[in-house]
Order: sequence, then C-alpha cells, then structure tokens
Amino acid sequence: MALSNETIQSQLEAKFADQVHTFSTESGILSFESPKEINLKVLQFLYDEPSLGFTFLTDLCAVNYPDNIGAELVVVYHLHNFTENIRLRYSVATSIAQPDVFTASKLFESANWMERETYDFFGVNFVGHDNLKRILNVDEMDYFPLRKEFPLEDQTRIDKDDEMFGRG
Amino acid sequence: METQHNITLPEGSIEKQTTTLNFGPTHPATHGVFQNIMEVDGERVVSTVQTVGYIHRAFEKLAERRPLYQITPITDRLNYCSSPINNMGWHLTCEKFLKVETPKRVDYLRVIIMELARISDHLICNSIVGVDTGAYTGFLYVMQYRELIYEIYEEVCGSRLTTNIGRIGGFERNFTNTAFTKLEKFLNEYPKVLREFEGLFTRNRIFMERTQGTGGISAARAMNYGFTGPNLRAAGVDYDVRVQQPYSSYQDFDFTVPVGTTGDNYDRYLVRNAEMWESISIIRQAYEKVQAFKGTDADVFHADVPEYYLPKKEDVYTKMEALIWHFKIVMGEIDLPKGQIYNAVEGGNGELGFYLISDGGRTPFRLHFRRPSFIYYQAYPELIQGGMISDAVVTMSSLNLIAGELDA
Amino acid sequence: MRPVRFNIHPKEAEIADAISMGAAPDGVPGDGFFATQLSSVVGLARKNSLWPLPFATSCCGIEFMATMASHYDLARFGSERVGFSPRQCDLLMVMGTIAKKMAPVLRQVYIQMAEPRWVIAVGACASSGGIFDTYSVLQGIDQVIPVDVYVPGCPPRPEAIIDGFMKIQDLVGQESIRRRNSEKYKTLLNSYGIQ
Repeated sequence: MALSNETIQSQLEAKFADQVHTFSTESGILSFESPKEINLKVLQFLYDEPSLGFTFLTDLCAVNYPDNIGAELVVVYHLHNFTENIRLRYSVATSIAQPDVFTASKLFESANWMERETYDFFGVNFVGHDNLKRILNVDEMDYFPLRKEFPLEDQTRIDKDDEMFGRG
Repeated sequence: METQHNITLPEGSIEKQTTTLNFGPTHPATHGVFQNIMEVDGERVVSTVQTVGYIHRAFEKLAERRPLYQITPITDRLNYCSSPINNMGWHLTCEKFLKVETPKRVDYLRVIIMELARISDHLICNSIVGVDTGAYTGFLYVMQYRELIYEIYEEVCGSRLTTNIGRIGGFERNFTNTAFTKLEKFLNEYPKVLREFEGLFTRNRIFMERTQGTGGISAARAMNYGFTGPNLRAAGVDYDVRVQQPYSSYQDFDFTVPVGTTGDNYDRYLVRNAEMWESISIIRQAYEKVQAFKGTDADVFHADVPEYYLPKKEDVYTKMEALIWHFKIVMGEIDLPKGQIYNAVEGGNGELGFYLISDGGRTPFRLHFRRPSFIYYQAYPELIQGGMISDAVVTMSSLNLIAGELDA
Repeated sequence: MRPVRFNIHPKEAEIADAISMGAAPDGVPGDGFFATQLSSVVGLARKNSLWPLPFATSCCGIEFMATMASHYDLARFGSERVGFSPRQCDLLMVMGTIAKKMAPVLRQVYIQMAEPRWVIAVGACASSGGIFDTYSVLQGIDQVIPVDVYVPGCPPRPEAIIDGFMKIQDLVGQESIRRRNSEKYKTLLNSYGIQ
C-alpha cells in the first residue's frame, strides 16, 4: 500500500497518542511536532518501522522564535523515504534557558556535523554528541550568532563611516 | 658554562608510532580551504581530524536581511562552479512558495541553463581529479569549453561565474540569437572534446590503478552519511531529485541516471562523465523544444507575476501600474505570505535544499541551505582510513567539495 | 544609442613582423652595451618572472583557474610556475573571501615569504570584505597584511586579473633597490605587527 501523509499521521498517532501534535501539510510535506524528550523514540520509530522507512536524514537545522517564551529554539528534522518518495518534517521545541536535545548522531551519521552547526549558530546543546564544538565559526566566539538578538555585522569595526551607510 | 634547555613535548609524542601531518588549509591539492590533521603511519593514514569554516560567510544570517530577489546573488556563491543551478533552485523555491506557475518555454530554457552548469561543474571536478593524479593536459583542454559555457551565460545574463541568472517567474531578458548560436556551437564541438578527454583517462592504466579501490563507500553507509548526487549514485543508489520530484518540466525529458557499484574514486569519475553525456542529450532535447515555439510564443520569457518580477523600464516610465509595482518591489513593500517550505533541486553535488520560513514580513524569517558538500564531507575520514596520503588527495578532489557551499 | 565616450581614439600597437619592441629603461646605449641603473635591470628581470602563490579560497579562485588556463594565459607574463610554498614565491595573490578564521593563516603565509614580496588582493572580498559585511568575514586583507594592488570585481574578469598583474609588474619594475630596507617600509610592516 503506498505511503501517504494520512497513513504516516495515523501510524504516528497510533504509536505516540497525543505526544505528537500540530500536524499540517505545507507544499506537500507533512509536518508535526513533539516534545523534545521523545525525539529519539520518534526518529527510531520512523526509521525502523517497515511501512514507514524514513532512513534518510535530509536536513537538520534550528529556528529561533524569540517571542515564544519557553520554546524559543525549535530543532527541525527533514526526513526522506527514497522508495516511497515522501518527505517529512519533524520539529522539537526547547527553551533557550535549557536548550538540551538528545542527539540523533547515533542513528544518522549525517546528523553529526549538522548538530555541530546548529550548536554553533544557536547554542542548542545536543546531549550525547561526542564532539560538540563550534564548526564554522572561530572557536573563541562566545555568542551564538544566528539568534535573533545578535546583529549581522561585526560590531567591533571602527573603520565604517556611519554617515555613508545612513546611520548618521 | 652550561645552559640547560628544557623542552616540553606533548604527552606521548615520543612514544607514539604515527606522525602528525597537517594537510592544511593552504595546500595546492585541497580545492578550497579544508584542513585535515592526519595521523599517518609512514604513508598510511590512520586517522584524521577535520576543520572547516575557513570561509564561513554567514549566508543564512545575511538572508534574513534581504528580500527574495536580493538573496539570489548570495545563492550564486554557494556552489560557484555551477551557480546557475543554485539560482534556479532558489527561484523554483520562491515560485513554489508563492504559487507561481512558469510557462513551458521558461522551464525549457531553465533546463538548458541548468544542464550547462552541471556540465561545467563536472568538468572542473573530473579534470581536477586528473590534475591530482598528475595529468594536467586534460584540464587545459576542457577549460576551453568551460569558456564557451561562460560565453553563453554572458549572453544571457551578463556575467561569467556568479551569474545571478533569472528572476522569480523566469528570465530577465529573452535569449538572443547569439546565445542560441553559441549554444549550437557548443553542442557541435563539445562531444568531440569530451570523447578526447575520456580517451585520456577512462582506460588509462595509471589512472585506473590510482582511482580504483580507493575512497570507496558502501551504499548503506553512504545513505547514512547523507550522501546525495553523483557520490551517492556511484555507491549504487539511484536517487536523483530530477527524477524523483521533477521540477521545471524535467518529466518531459528522456534521460538515464548513471549508477555505479563500489563508490570508489573511479566510479565517481565514471558517473560524472556519464552524467555529462546525459546532460548533452538533455540540452539537445530542450533546444529542440524551445525551437518549436514560434511567433509570439517565442517571446515568452517570464511568468506574469508583477509582485515579484520587475516590469519593463519602458512601462515604468509610461504606465501607472508598472510604476507602482516597480516602486513596491524596489522599496521592499511587498509582504511575503506566511508559511514554510522545503524545496530541493539536483545540484552538481547532490540535493541542494532551501528551507524557507516566512512570518509575513518582507524578508525571510529563516532561510537554511541544505548544502550537500557539508553533509558528505563528514564521511571523509572513513573514506581515507587505511589508504595512502596520495589516495587521500585524490579522494578529496573526486568528492567535488566546494568550499563556498560547505561553509556557507 | 548613447554616444561612446571612451576608447574612441585607440592607439595602434606598433607590431612589425609579429614582433613589437618593449620600451627600454632609461640609460645610455652603446655599441654592444647598455648602461643603466642596477634597479632598472633588476626590476626588468624580476617583473617578467614573478612566481605567484595563488591563495585561492573561493569564487575568484575559479576565475584564476580560467586565467591560468589557455584562453587567458597568465604564463605569457612570466608566471608560468605557480608555487604553493611561500618560501619560493614572490607574489601572494589572495583570491576570495578571507574569513576571520583564515586571517591568522594568511598572516603566517605572508610572514613566511622572503623579501621582496608583493601582495595583490583579487576580488571585492579580499579588497574590502565584498558583499559580506558580516560578523565572520575579514573586511579586507589589508587589515592583516600590506597590499600592493587591489583588483575590484565579483569575480573580476580574467582580463581584470591580468590588468592587476600588469600593475604589479609596473611596481616591480620601478622599485628602488633600497626600498625594503628603508624606514618607511619598516614602519609600514611594524604597523601590521610584522617584523
């Protein structure tokens, strides 16, 4: 039986009851969320279950919503099932005060560096990762640049002429 | 008088049997700035620690500041060997998000440009694999044909390398007759050159012995590592985004997807070579389809989407609606719809994905690029383990790592 | 049609028999000898055999590859041998974005070069940070090393890179022998913290 978004949703709801929620379909991709404590269980279920078989982690990234108090950082997993040609988006939210999320790098090798990049940009602490260091920025950097509170430009420049940039 | 010299060495550095070799960021054989600190036992690589980020340019943060059409120039700089594919991928993502339908002629012209870019990317990769095994001549021969491809880009968009080609909904100007003449010249001359290039390497005893059996990976490990593109197809998995989730009317074209078996350097070279032949065939089919549009149909080069496509200057100076749209687009007064989208295209290295989240503002709330080079470079230590240093060099170039894409 | 304002009186090159004579430096010619300043002769020899070190990081590196290839051959100008060891090279061609992570590496490569050495910053990113005014990109390599010639462009066309190279050749040809030991040069290097 061909896999479809409805069957994925029903199988997930059958296994995890109401821990998986906020199902929506945008541009053909089903998205859903769950609490961060069961993220490995959900990923393992999607991987192992023969009728689901989401064995390819396409992408892992994070988003910062500074207005959602208590769920400021959302880690988004994009999964793909090659044989059935279906994509899936799964997100877990964590607060910025305690951004701990279990690592998926034991299940997917590709998550290794993607989690390091997410840590580098947002400060999400992946529990169980064996080498959670900064990957793209300099090691001495002490803040997480892609959070909304930090600006794009380097604030330590003294050679920029603010008059020319309209900042007077 | 005796002076005592105390030298402190790191712990265990005298007893250890391996040498630490810095295959550093400035090295002729690393194409782009990658650093590997290898532990080698003689010539054999025991382990390696990788450092990336030497060209991190913060594209994702930059994109949060720019409206959609201003993000195209920064997508150019992702995989700069085939920048039109990045541009088209971004435009396709925007069009899917904004629910814009492009006319067929635009789709076919886009296919021509994307396949030319794919040829350009694979040419650099294969010829540099040749250079790394010591054969410089092949590289010089095929660079002439990359110059021809650059001339075609110049005719269409004005720029050679970082093209910023196309707009949301189509192209900025119609393809001129000169562009088609240059394309025909390319289609006539290039197959012979590719045949010559193949003759230099494919059955060359030295090349085969250097590249067969080195840098191999199994299909299951490749999938777990997130490989896509020619590297995954060389390992045996026939996943091609153009076939699985066709975009820009790829379903109208007849082409095969070459697949390898062992995933070693030789298979990657062969897969890229075969893909270049397939690209030539796709360009021919697309060109015939474009020629089939006659009369006013042949003047169609963009979709009718005034909110995102700058109107013609003649209209801006004479008509009121065009003036208003021009003002709104340039001053950034157009609000994006709310929502999120993930869209992928088949780049030169694999699945290039764009994850766009918009909260209704004028610029994206979050834009994340799924960069194939970043993801499959993680497998490099496993690929070179136990091999020689020279094989490590050839493996790195046959993986086609583009630093701009890797560090974004 | 807008009227053309530039290059309307192009100079014809004096080429007879496919050979054109380059301008000789100032000096006293004679029957079998030519007397001139030592710096002119040394400059002439140096400028036509510069050994570049291509420090190619990103997109400008691909345009450099096109410049080195047969269509826009840079080897015509004497730089046939590109080296990757700073100990052996005269001209450091920095092509591409230099991130803050890469800046110490660039400085180290510059320090390892022996005098006389020249630096050409190819591309907008090497000259000034380019379009990347971000927290991670060095806004121009002249923050860390002294630069002789800047080539603008994103990426500059191969002709522009060759033009920059020819300007370096002009600088090399006219350099005084004493420049590298002069006070002015020493203060320049000290301002970068390089001894």
